[in-house]
Amino acid sequence: MAVAELPAHTQLARKPRSLMSDSINRLRKNKLAVGSIVVLILIMVAAVFAPYITTGDFAKQDLMANNAIPHWMLFLMPKGAENYVRFSDKFIIGADDLGRDLWTRTVYGARISLAVAIVASTVSLLVGTVYGLISGYVGGKVDTIMMRIVDFLYGFPFLIVVILLQTYFKAVARRGVGGGFGQAMVSINESMGGMFFLFIAIGLVNWIGMARIARGQVLSIRRKEFVEAAKAVGAPDIRIIFRHILPNIVGPLIVVETLAIPGYIFLEAFLSFIGLGVDAPTPSWGIMISEAAPGIRTYPNQLLPPALALTITTLAFNFMGDGLRDAFDPRLKE
Amino acid sequence: MLRFIIRRVLGFIPVLLAVIIVTFFLARIIPGGPFDFIGDKSLPPSVVKNLEAKYHLDWPAWKQFISYMVGDEWKIGSFTVFDLDPNAPAHSYGVLRGDLGPSFRYRGQTVNDIIGRTFPLSAQLGVMAIILGLVIGIPAGIISALKQNSWLDYTATFVAVLGVSIPSLVMAPLLIWIFSIELGWFPAATWGAKPPYIQNMFLTPGFDWGNYFIHAAMPVFALGTGLSATFARLMRASLLQVIREDYIRTARAKGLHERVVIYRHALKNGLIPVVTVIGPMFAGLITGTLVIEQIFGLNGMGKHFVQSITNRDYAVVLGTILVYTIILVFSNLLVDLAYGWLDPRIRLDA
Repeated sequence: MAVAELPAHTQLARKPRSLMSDSINRLRKNKLAVGSIVVLILIMVAAVFAPYITTGDFAKQDLMANNAIPHWMLFLMPKGAENYVRFSDKFIIGADDLGRDLWTRTVYGARISLAVAIVASTVSLLVGTVYGLISGYVGGKVDTIMMRIVDFLYGFPFLIVVILLQTYFKAVARRGVGGGFGQAMVSINESMGGMFFLFIAIGLVNWIGMARIARGQVLSIRRKEFVEAAKAVGAPDIRIIFRHILPNIVGPLIVVETLAIPGYIFLEAFLSFIGLGVDAPTPSWGIMISEAAPGIRTYPNQLLPPALALTITTLAFNFMGDGLRDAFDPRLKE
Repeated sequence: MLRFIIRRVLGFIPVLLAVIIVTFFLARIIPGGPFDFIGDKSLPPSVVKNLEAKYHLDWPAWKQFISYMVGDEWKIGSFTVFDLDPNAPAHSYGVLRGDLGPSFRYRGQTVNDIIGRTFPLSAQLGVMAIILGLVIGIPAGIISALKQNSWLDYTATFVAVLGVSIPSLVMAPLLIWIFSIELGWFPAATWGAKPPYIQNMFLTPGFDWGNYFIHAAMPVFALGTGLSATFARLMRASLLQVIREDYIRTARAKGLHERVVIYRHALKNGLIPVVTVIGPMFAGLITGTLVIEQIFGLNGMGKHFVQSITNRDYAVVLGTILVYTIILVFSNLLVDLAYGWLDPRIRLDA
């Protein structure tokens, strides 16, 4: 039997739209956010394909061309620079004081910053969400104890913990440990140019804020009807947590995490700046700034690439975060 | 109120103790010691041994810890409680009696000396930066919120995002480049090195304010712009939320002047998020001052902190960390107290 055609007036005037497509539409209208996403994708592509768009060797020194600049950059230099500066058009944007190509180092530096941004936010999101979910869902004494721990850690000066951890990791890496698990960690760290321990140090301390937010979100929907319904039909706790509660809280958490990314990038740059970040000669924008800052009177051109790259990246993450928040979670809108 | 304060201050004790314990033992399990290198050369083992003996580094860690906490001569009357060698040359009275011990690397200087000499500069830098941040950020946020979606608002919002995105790491060298090298308006690196000297928190009569601010301007500005952007964003967001609330409508309905509605009723509530971030911001200021002091060549506590870590000067590391932690916990307490004043609905005894 054929299904009867519904009368015209009962059909929807326009296609139904999901919450998701509404959000994406809102995001699309935000030109700054879309522009930022494009910029970030470009930076990511540059970082991934760094060997193809640079000389490919960020550590190679050309000692006959230290502090060299190409001719076109002369306008950036202080007055009288043509008397002391060395010219070499071999470099797109010049070389640093050890004769290393600044363009190559800046592009490779993006790898570090983006890696820190991705790893730190993922770790903090995962650990914080799971911690907050358990604490909020189980409730009672468990919740009290878990939140007491978080409160205690919250009063801790985190920057200092990160600095101490990095000092420890770096010293251990320098001395080497007598084989086994520690040695494996050290060699992983070495193969990543010192990034691995940086990830651990940053990741270990940044889940706490996320845990608090996740718990708050869980508490707000734990008593909702659909959770009761799931319980009533006998769904196990694990299923309720991951299939019913998690999808409902994950949006705001991701938005908050995106807004935290510039902080991670700053932290990496800062640690590298004070010599506790990645190991030389791995280029990080923080290291490049710290190397260029003392020579700013004579070679200001060396400061610009890492400074601009760092600013543009954090700016793009900030605009993207604001855009995502406005689009996906209008309740959080400023 | 008083009970709340006392309870909170008592709550600081475990935090401070944990910080001391973690730092103390972490510093000692880190491979290498303070006397591995002096300059670039390594010392002969016999000299290292003598130096370690002088600073009690040859003791077992628990004994070092006790002596660090309570001092290495500890007697009640004539009765010696701990036999911790009272005649050792480098003795201290212990943290509990306010003595942070001798520095391992700066001969003849105690940690108290070093902190006393360098902390005033860092404190002045931090406090002035926060004040600058508030003075620029709060009005900018208020104007932005009151004229929502005007060109003024868009400009302010954009500049604020720009402000939070430029780290002080970038801001400081750029300021030096523009204002010190190109324009020559401000000195780049002589705050605290040329008169007027700032050796303590108290001013001498005839203090040269003009010169002081010329030296302080760039470091404070480099640190303060980021803060002001953060304050402006928060202020705008929270004020926008507050002015939609019922009690604001009530205030308007009973015929209050718009100025009174905004500044007496809305602002107080709207300041809460701003106050909330000031606490953690003190922690952020530590990072800020570290960078600023490094770039501007200021002889502040942050610079010593970083240096003492690379030098393995455990006593200085611990001392500076302790000072930072104390500032942090007390600023958190002040924030909580400010909540109660700003929003009577928030009760402190909870």
